[in-house]
Amino acid sequence: MSSVSLLQGRGLPLPGNDIDTDRIIPARFLRCITFEGLGEHVFTDDRAQAAGRHAFDQPQYQGASLLVVNANFGCGSSREHAPQAIARWGIRALIGESFAEIFAGNCLAMGVPCVTAGPEIIQRLQTALETDPTQTLRLDLDHLTLTWGNQQVSVYMAEGPRQMLRAGTWDACGQLVAQTDAIRATAGRLPYLHWGSAAQGSAQSA
Amino acid sequence: MSRGTLFDKVWDLHTVGTLPSGQTQLFIGLHLIHEVTSPQAFAMLRERGLPVLFPERTVATVDHIVPTENQARPFADTLAEDMMRALERNCQDFGVRFYNIGSGNQGIVHVIAPEQGLTQPGMTIACGDSHTSTHGAFGAIAFGIGTSQVRDVLASQTLALDKLKVRRIEVNGNLVPGVYAKDVILHIIRHLGVKGGVGYAYEYAGDTIARLSMESRMTVCNMSIEGGARCGYINPDAVTFAYLQDRDFAPAAGQWEQAVAWWTSMASEPDAVYDDQVSFQAETISPTVTWGITPGQGVGIDETIPHPEALPPDERAIAEEAYHYMDLLPGQKLLGTKVDVCFIGSCTNGRLSDLQEAARIAQGRCVAPGIKAFVVPGSERVKQQAEAEGLHEVFLASGFEWRDPGCSMCLAMNPDKLQGREISASSSNRNFKGRQGSAAGRTLLMSPAMVAAAAIRGAVADVREFL
Repeated sequence: MSSVSLLQGRGLPLPGNDIDTDRIIPARFLRCITFEGLGEHVFTDDRAQAAGRHAFDQPQYQGASLLVVNANFGCGSSREHAPQAIARWGIRALIGESFAEIFAGNCLAMGVPCVTAGPEIIQRLQTALETDPTQTLRLDLDHLTLTWGNQQVSVYMAEGPRQMLRAGTWDACGQLVAQTDAIRATAGRLPYLHWGSAAQGSAQSA
Repeated sequence: MSRGTLFDKVWDLHTVGTLPSGQTQLFIGLHLIHEVTSPQAFAMLRERGLPVLFPERTVATVDHIVPTENQARPFADTLAEDMMRALERNCQDFGVRFYNIGSGNQGIVHVIAPEQGLTQPGMTIACGDSHTSTHGAFGAIAFGIGTSQVRDVLASQTLALDKLKVRRIEVNGNLVPGVYAKDVILHIIRHLGVKGGVGYAYEYAGDTIARLSMESRMTVCNMSIEGGARCGYINPDAVTFAYLQDRDFAPAAGQWEQAVAWWTSMASEPDAVYDDQVSFQAETISPTVTWGITPGQGVGIDETIPHPEALPPDERAIAEEAYHYMDLLPGQKLLGTKVDVCFIGSCTNGRLSDLQEAARIAQGRCVAPGIKAFVVPGSERVKQQAEAEGLHEVFLASGFEWRDPGCSMCLAMNPDKLQGREISASSSNRNFKGRQGSAAGRTLLMSPAMVAAAAIRGAVADVREFL
């Protein structure tokens, strides 16, 4: 697993609050047993309706890798297919006013940072990207700064996720499994794991 | 920072340790899986050569993609059939208990775990589904996770998490007839907003909540996530214990008293400290219907759709988007709005008491001409119990279709979908754009009794006129 601490690339502004995961990837595309190919369906219904005017279709934003959104982005369903679709389209980091909890957790597990900044900064950045889509954004997780043109602003990210990204431990699985003895000790002190069940009448041991 | 709440106690008890990042490694007491969010997780386990650490703590069922009209295998939808086969194989290979169609125990994951007594107070519960918050009705800390986290739970029975803050939401007073748990939660979300709960666990309390049945409590907790709260819970009490007693996985008779004592001890202390507290008065809640494209865009049936200037500034843009998408105008009443499809079911409102309330409204009345109305029980057990009471006959006689259990048109991953710009009266939980299977389809969320009333009127109606 690689460390994620500095992300540079062009930005893609996607204005709007409460953009839910059904819009990011409609449920019919969840009929699959791998995440492959989801990138081409990201925002598919919104894009069809916008008929070429959706930011993900506009030529000036092709190749962008930092997505700039507003409040409560990724609300609704827990489907990891949503951040998978965004990442497979080419996005490496998200900058927004706020993110839904489960969505941000899914992004972290994929090594995709979600950082936040105030509404005024986000709007300023979105406007800047609409005016000049060619400029490079620089997101620095070591110093929690975002730079574009001659501007530098502070961004926020909770310390736990930030450390996991910087240390390259954002895929927590290995770290979690390594604690098997401590996990079994915790299980040992949970009373409900040691009660028999009414139907079976015997102890379901953990 | 909260102290002495059920959330704090359950969190502390399930803490395995602190990870180098500072996050908590939290033990998950019950893991529920289904066909949509688990195949990639099992694939990752195979890639890494990892076993399932506690296979007896994971339970699987199939709900999202199952057809509700013809469940014969193979499914007509080959993609759905592939997902079924993947789940069957994964459960077999990794030794996970699986409630398949026809087992008598299949159903929506958030319906079957409580009805079998798998869901209990004081547990941590995770599932690759955001409506896992439902299980909080029992005083469990239950929340939705993504597929990588499903992998983590399978491999380690733990997750890496940051602790949430706790907001106590009190509801006091008497609900008027025709106002149900669904109206209570739609009312709460409307006032606290769809992002008000981000970073919080919601503790629902107060005498109104205390008088709710377990099934109604599940409806309230189910929609915590629509308010942005990853989990919501209600402290366990005598209602909880009475519901659990004698269920398949409830503690055995010899350990029942010990279990009740422990569950009682896990409830929030009278002097618990909360990060925030709000309260609502039950008498002010009317039958509530959503008019927009977020579950927070709701109004009482007597009210009119709000004008933008009546809304907080950061909600105006999405309100404008909603008027346009829904083809509804501010100042308009929803009462009398023509509907095309009426759907009763889902993890929010697909339980026996939901069907009983809807049947009370349907009894002796007929679905309006041209309306497609259907009832999807939440589980095979709910279906069997409803049929034992003759509810299916009431629905069929009224002109409703009576289906087999599954998630159905809540998210339309199966053949049950809106067509074109159809508008549905739905007892489900999300009115997002395109949610019910048509990119232009429109959803009005309401209680199951209100859906039944809408089916009979052919338009949004006030259920109080039908009581």
